[in-house]
Amino acid sequence: MKTYDMAELAVRNLRESILRNSLTTVGISVGVASLVAMLSLGIGLQQLAGRRLQKSGLFDTVVVTSRRDLHGFNREQEENGPAPAESPALNESTRQQIAQLPNVLEAYPDIRFITELRYEDKPYLTMMAGLPFSAKNNDAFDGMQGSFFSSDTAPEVILQKSFAAQLLGKTPKAGSEEASVAELANPLLGKQLTMRYAERTATPAANAAADSTGANNPAGTAYSVISREVTLKVVGVCDLDPDSMRGQARARIFMPLKLAQNLHVMQPSDLRDTTNMANGTPAYTTVEVHVKSPTQVQPVEDAIKKMGFNTFSIVDATRSLRQFFAVLDLFLGIFGSLALAVASIGIINTLVMAILERRREIGIMKAIGASDGDVKGLFFAEAGVMGVFGGFVGVALGWTIGRVINIGTNVYLKRQHFPPEQIWFVPWWLVLGAILFAIVVSLLSGLYPASRAARLDPVQALRYE
Amino acid sequence: MPSGQGESDLKGTIAIRTENLCRHYSMGEALIRAVDGISVEIVSGEFVALLGTSGSGKSSLLNLIAGLDRPTSGTVVVQENDLAKLSREELAKYRLHTVGMVFQSFNLVPSMTLLENVELPLRFAEVDRGQREGLAKQSLDRVGLGARLRHRPTELSGGEQQRASLARALINQPQFLLADEPTGNLDSQTGTEIMNFIREFNESLGMTIIMVTHERTLAERYASRMIFLADGKLVGDQSNAVSAGTGRTHGGRL
Repeated sequence: MKTYDMAELAVRNLRESILRNSLTTVGISVGVASLVAMLSLGIGLQQLAGRRLQKSGLFDTVVVTSRRDLHGFNREQEENGPAPAESPALNESTRQQIAQLPNVLEAYPDIRFITELRYEDKPYLTMMAGLPFSAKNNDAFDGMQGSFFSSDTAPEVILQKSFAAQLLGKTPKAGSEEASVAELANPLLGKQLTMRYAERTATPAANAAADSTGANNPAGTAYSVISREVTLKVVGVCDLDPDSMRGQARARIFMPLKLAQNLHVMQPSDLRDTTNMANGTPAYTTVEVHVKSPTQVQPVEDAIKKMGFNTFSIVDATRSLRQFFAVLDLFLGIFGSLALAVASIGIINTLVMAILERRREIGIMKAIGASDGDVKGLFFAEAGVMGVFGGFVGVALGWTIGRVINIGTNVYLKRQHFPPEQIWFVPWWLVLGAILFAIVVSLLSGLYPASRAARLDPVQALRYE
Repeated sequence: MPSGQGESDLKGTIAIRTENLCRHYSMGEALIRAVDGISVEIVSGEFVALLGTSGSGKSSLLNLIAGLDRPTSGTVVVQENDLAKLSREELAKYRLHTVGMVFQSFNLVPSMTLLENVELPLRFAEVDRGQREGLAKQSLDRVGLGARLRHRPTELSGGEQQRASLARALINQPQFLLADEPTGNLDSQTGTEIMNFIREFNESLGMTIIMVTHERTLAERYASRMIFLADGKLVGDQSNAVSAGTGRTHGGRL
C-alpha cells in the first residue's frame, strides 16, 4: 500500500472509534505537555541565572588580590601558593604586567573609599567607587538615566538609585511603590555635590630619607594626609542590581576611575601598606582584569596565579551552577518522560484492543490481498497519527502550562515587590524535539500491536464472529 | 473490467492441481483431519461445486486453494505455482491478483462505504488514486449497485451486500472466483440473482469458479462439475450437464 493511502486509511480508522482514540491521543498530549513544561521551565531558569550573571558584566572578569591580604576567596589557593610574605605586592607595576598578559583587554585597580558628600548643605556618608571608562558598554548601565562620564577624568558622578532616593529624601517605605529611575534622575541631573576626602601625599622628607638610606630603612615611607574638597556634577542615575556586580555595585556612587586615582584618596589598605611596603608606590587591594572572551578566563586566571596572586572569576562559580542545571534538566526531563511512558502504554493498550475488535476486518483485508506489511503498516500508521496529533496538541498545551506558570510567578513576584522575570522559555528545538519524541514513542508503542496484527491468521480471523 | 484475459489459450488447461493435499489441526489432544489426502485437477474455465456436509473439509480445501491457509502436507499448484513454497508476501500477491473471494457472511468492512470496500483491493495493489474510483464504480455498476456507492454495508440488504462483495472480488481481474456458500445467508430469490451473476462471470469472462455449497440442487443447477467431500476425503467427482432453470440458453461445456 502506498504511504499516503496508508495514512488516509489510518486516519479514517481512528475516526471510527473517536472517543477511545481521542483519549489515547490526549494521554500522549499530556505526556508531551509535561515534558515541554518541565524542560521549558528548566531552560528558563537556567537562562534567568545566566542573564543575571551576564548582566553583572563579570563573566569575562578575573578579580586579582594579593596573597599578602587576608581576604582570600580560596583557602586552597592560599595554602598551596607561596607564603604571603614572599608573594608580590599588587601595585601599579604588577597591574601593568597583568595588563600585558595575552587576551587581557584591561586591568584596572578597584578603588573605593568611604567619603562624605554634601548635597544642599546636608552631609551624606557613603561608599564611592572608581568606574573604568570601559564600563560604559556594560549591560548593567542599560537602564541608566542621564549619560555616562564625559571623560575618564571629568569631575562627574553617577548615582546608584538607592542613593539618589536618599538624597531626595525618598527612601522607599515598606509596602509602597518604589520610585522609578527616571523619577529620581530628573531633579538630580546636573546638580553639584561636594566631596570631602582625605588626600594622601608622600612627604618630601620621607622621600628624601628613602632615597638616601633606602637600604637601611626599607619600610621608611611616610605620608601626610590632607583634607580636601572637590565639586562633582551628577550626570547619571543607574539601577544596578546590588547582588550582581561583585565590585562596583557595593558602592552607591561612582566617579571616573582615573579621577579617583588622581585624587589619591586615602584608602583603608594604605595604613597597613605603609608598614611593609618597600617603595613609595601605593598598593591596590584588588585589580579587576577584563578578558577578551569568557572562554579565555581560565588561561588568564592560570597565568595570574603563576605570578603569585589570588584570583577569582565568575566562571568558577558558574561551573558548578551549570552542573546543577544539567542535573536539574535531566531530572525534569525524566519526570516529563515518565508521563509520556504512561501514555505509550495507553497507545499499546488501545491498539491491542483495536486488534481484538478488528480481527475480522484484518482477516477480510488479508483475504482480499493485503500483505503482512500492509496490515502492519496500517496499525503503525495509526500509532504514528496519534503521535503526530498528540505531539502537536501536547506542545501547545505544554507551552500554555509554562506560560501560565510564568504569569503566576510574576503575579507572586509583583506582590513581593520584585521585578517580573521570564522563568520559562520554549526554544524551537524543544518544540521540534517534543513532537518528534512523541512520534517516535508512539511508533515504538505501535511496533508490538502492529506486528501482532500482521501475524494474525486470516482463516482464524474470518471464523471469529 | 475483468477481461478474462487469456481465456482462449488457458481454457482447457489444468489450472489447479492438488496432490495428496492434507490439512490437519490439533485441537487439544485430538487431531482433526480437515483435508486428508485430496488429489484433484481443475481445468481452466470450469465451474466446480465442492459439496459435502458441514465439517467435510470443503471450506478448508477452498482456503488452501485461496492461499489463506497452508497445507500440512501435499501440494496445491495453481498455474504452475506451488502455493506451499510461496512466501507470505507472494501469497498475499496471489490472493490480490489471482483469486477473488466471496463469503457466506459477505465480509465487507462495515466502516467503509461500498465504493471504499470495492476500492480496497486496488489500494493494496497500489493502483493510482485517480483510477481507483472509476474502476470501483464500473465494478459496482456491473452488479447493479451503481446508485449505492456511498452507502455503508449495514444500510443494504443481504443480496446487495453479496453483490458488492462480488464487485470487490472482480476488481483486480482475477482468473479464479472462490465462493464459500455465497447464497447461504440469502433467500432463494436473491440467491438465484447472485448465482446468475456468478454464472455470467464464468461464461462471459471465462473465470474458473470454485464454489463451496451444501445444497446439491444449487450445484446441479449451475456447476459443470461436482466434487463430493466427506471427512476430508474426496468421495465423488462427477461432471454435470448444466440444467437450465433460468430460462437462459447456454451450452454446457462438458
